[in-house]
Amino acid sequence: MLRKIRITLAALCFTAITLLFLDFTGTLHLWFGWLAKIQFLPAVLAVNLVVVIALALLTLLFGRIYCSILCPLGVFQDIVSWLSARRKGKKARFHYTKEIKWLRYGLLAVFIVLLVAGLNSLAALLAPYSSYGRIAQNLFAPLYQWGNNVLAYFSERADSYAFVTKDVWLKSLPTFGIAVVTFVVVVALAWRSGRTYCNTVCPVGTVLGFLSRFAAFRPTIDASKCSTCRACEKNCKASCIEVGKDGKRIDYSRCVNCFNCLDSCKFGALKYRFAWGKSGRKTSAAQERDPSDIGRRAFLTGTAIALTGTLLHAQENPEDDGKKRDGGLADILPKQAPARSVPVTPFGSESIKKFFQRCTACQLCVSVCPNHVLRPSASLEHLMQPVMSFERGYCRPECVKCSEVCPTGAILKITPEEKTQWKVGVASVDYDLCIVNRDGVKCGNCARHCPVGAIRMVRKDPDSQNRLMIPTVNEERCIGCGACENLCPSRPISAITINGYEVHHTT
Amino acid sequence: MNTKNIDRREFLKKAGTGAATLGAVALAGACAPKKTGKALTQGSGEDSRAHVLETGKMELRVNPATGDRVSLLGYGCMRWQMKKDANGRDTVDQDNVNNLVDYAIAHGVNYFDSAPTYLQGQSEGALGEALSRHPRDSYFIATKLSNFNNQSRAGSMKMYQDSFRHLQTDHLDYYLLHSLGRGGAETFAQRFVDNGMMDFLLKEREAGKIRQLGLSFHGSRDQFDYLLTLHDQYHWDFLQIQMNYWDWKHADGNRNVNADYLYDELDKREIPIVVMEPLMGGRLANPTESVARRLKERDPHASLASWAFRFVGSYPRVLTALSGMVYLEHLQDNLKTFMDFQPLSEEELDFLGTDIADIMARFPTINCTNCDYCMPCPYGIDIPRIFKHYNDCVNNGTFVQNRDQENYEKLRRAYLVSYDRAVPTIRQASHCTTCEQCVPYCPQSIDIPRELLRIDRYVERLKRGTLEGASSGE
Repeated sequence: MLRKIRITLAALCFTAITLLFLDFTGTLHLWFGWLAKIQFLPAVLAVNLVVVIALALLTLLFGRIYCSILCPLGVFQDIVSWLSARRKGKKARFHYTKEIKWLRYGLLAVFIVLLVAGLNSLAALLAPYSSYGRIAQNLFAPLYQWGNNVLAYFSERADSYAFVTKDVWLKSLPTFGIAVVTFVVVVALAWRSGRTYCNTVCPVGTVLGFLSRFAAFRPTIDASKCSTCRACEKNCKASCIEVGKDGKRIDYSRCVNCFNCLDSCKFGALKYRFAWGKSGRKTSAAQERDPSDIGRRAFLTGTAIALTGTLLHAQENPEDDGKKRDGGLADILPKQAPARSVPVTPFGSESIKKFFQRCTACQLCVSVCPNHVLRPSASLEHLMQPVMSFERGYCRPECVKCSEVCPTGAILKITPEEKTQWKVGVASVDYDLCIVNRDGVKCGNCARHCPVGAIRMVRKDPDSQNRLMIPTVNEERCIGCGACENLCPSRPISAITINGYEVHHTT
Repeated sequence: MNTKNIDRREFLKKAGTGAATLGAVALAGACAPKKTGKALTQGSGEDSRAHVLETGKMELRVNPATGDRVSLLGYGCMRWQMKKDANGRDTVDQDNVNNLVDYAIAHGVNYFDSAPTYLQGQSEGALGEALSRHPRDSYFIATKLSNFNNQSRAGSMKMYQDSFRHLQTDHLDYYLLHSLGRGGAETFAQRFVDNGMMDFLLKEREAGKIRQLGLSFHGSRDQFDYLLTLHDQYHWDFLQIQMNYWDWKHADGNRNVNADYLYDELDKREIPIVVMEPLMGGRLANPTESVARRLKERDPHASLASWAFRFVGSYPRVLTALSGMVYLEHLQDNLKTFMDFQPLSEEELDFLGTDIADIMARFPTINCTNCDYCMPCPYGIDIPRIFKHYNDCVNNGTFVQNRDQENYEKLRRAYLVSYDRAVPTIRQASHCTTCEQCVPYCPQSIDIPRELLRIDRYVERLKRGTLEGASSGE
């Protein structure tokens, strides 16, 4: 019964959280957005004490319910493990393993050090929720969007506006690579031995493990009823039940309360019951679990980073031989991101430092950004954490989607009205690239589209008859939304580009 | 003028086709308004006009100078379908062109109008290919000197000679100085006088390489008057003008003169008229709903396009009306109008030129005919598609006028989504730099950057949801 409840709740949470990453319209967040906000690490980073304390109490009361129901990566592993168990003879494929303390606590220590040092993007490699977010955003979302595009194709032909084609593009090769590697590692571990990741790697699991070993309610073995058949041990995907000659123990710091053991015991020896104050755990020495997944992951991460540089589009400019025929379309070079002295972070993130310290790189904001502005950073320092760039669109004044979904408080919730009070960066003009200088034609598209009127067009040659105007930036007004950069006709690099502010300005 | 040559040719042609049709031909025009308003009650049975494709006779008009018997429906070769070839370049679908040309000739169409610039430069070649499969004396070829950019003698000469090669012919029946009407004497001198092309073309006409020399006109009244003063000097054999029931009285007065003025002036001088844009680039085939309703009420069977064609065909000085037929269905529909042609009554002409055009004037459409002369925009903007999308929305009533409108949210989404579907984001109006390089090419004298900015501002307001609550023109 308990197991069925657990499976039902887990399925609901998992589906809802996955949909958060798939639903690019951002409407589901109205209903399920809270599921991202009650994730442990995001809540810690958001200094959301209510959630953190609630999760701690929940664990103290009932054990690591969080891991078996709320954590999408945990449930994802359960699904993989369940699929694995459907193979012939693999139903009860687990056995007890000793805790790999040095790895478990070592990783937690490293994780905390990284967070404190502000190296969130490295820490995020270990974080369960954001790992799942990256997998969902990089691997599942494209499939979902292609499915949507198939519907949109038919919708268009049926003159319906129900489905709209959505551009699917690789937002960051390193992040994609990391998502793939994480996916492969997690699937491989879960396929072989269930919840190894949760009990050996996951820092959240380790932290909750400190609490769950004292949990008020936990599965306990009634030695008088136990026939030592080891059915429970073989069914424990956390590998935390030891049924040996010298006793029967459950390592509660690793138990994720899946309740599989309860159902597996034919003798009714296992019960989930109130057991406050009793310790069921014995210390144990190291064992043979292979820690190489971490090394492999780190290696692959590095490889992926090395590949970044190859992402640039190559397309030559068609030669302009003057207009000789009618019709046809001029080729358009894809835009390339300029070098930004300071990265641009979303409206509502207040400062670069705060943003990068709070962000777990879960990609939720990237998933919902309708203007293709947010994408994972490719810089080593902020790898996978989102930054703004304007090759495909700009931060439109009426949109505050990212601020609505951010679970960690890295992007504070703002309204479109509040958005106008923030300045996240400032534009600057490269007059060599500006087509007014380069092609000698009229333009001013940046000024026309600036939502705050921060671009002054001034005479190019005040002393001559030349009536061409060139743009200048009113830094006091510029908010850094990127409209000018996005709509600048200069390609591949815009003549007017945005640099972020270390600390966002307010009006 | 070598009338002898033409007479002989004409004689052979007549012998070929037989004299029987002569009576029917001629005079179609001379006595224009025959019909009364009976269509209203009787419905005139356009449906039953299907049979004319089998049994009907193409309406022919005689060019008095040559005796050419020209089909009243002329084939404009500017709008054929383009396909992407292996390299992703737009290419004319030659099989399709062959089929259309064959079908047209089989049903009596014998006037084909091309230009070196059409279809990204592929129109003449495709037409030449298709026509080469028919006897040369069974059709008339019209093409143009489109020396807009390169006005050098060498460049113009090459363009002229290329036309012969592409069209696979040793003579051009109708040759036009392409798109005059702006820049007055100065531009005319630049394009045709200073480089000696005009003298050259006059000699070619004498030599019979060009049988009829004329010009195509888009522009204001004084420009037109100026070109007519050249008539004494050069003798224009014909003029090609934009004429349809909208332009009859509603052409933009400042920049483009009304067609009724053009027609009357040419009629006075007995200069044959070739009509272009009788459908305004297809827009009269898909007019505003209220216009469509009025026309269908008059005759539920008649296609909307047929009204526009009958309008221009009802004027006797019109030698041929060009239609850029893309699909076989266009061709068939037009043939049903021009075979066993029925001119409109005075009352019907007035109904279109005044009542209907007045209704159209109330809608903020853009007078774009999708001729593509403005393209390619150097900054990659798809100007005609943007205008077409906008006009379609205005005409179909899916245009969002204000926030208090019924179905505001639905219409708003429909407009934005259909805009993205019609024009890729990077080719939309928001990318217009207002460099104005397109402006001189527009035969309709549309202030393209201004209209693009207008549409862009409109779209921006839709996106932000800041459209006015009150009703507004935009």
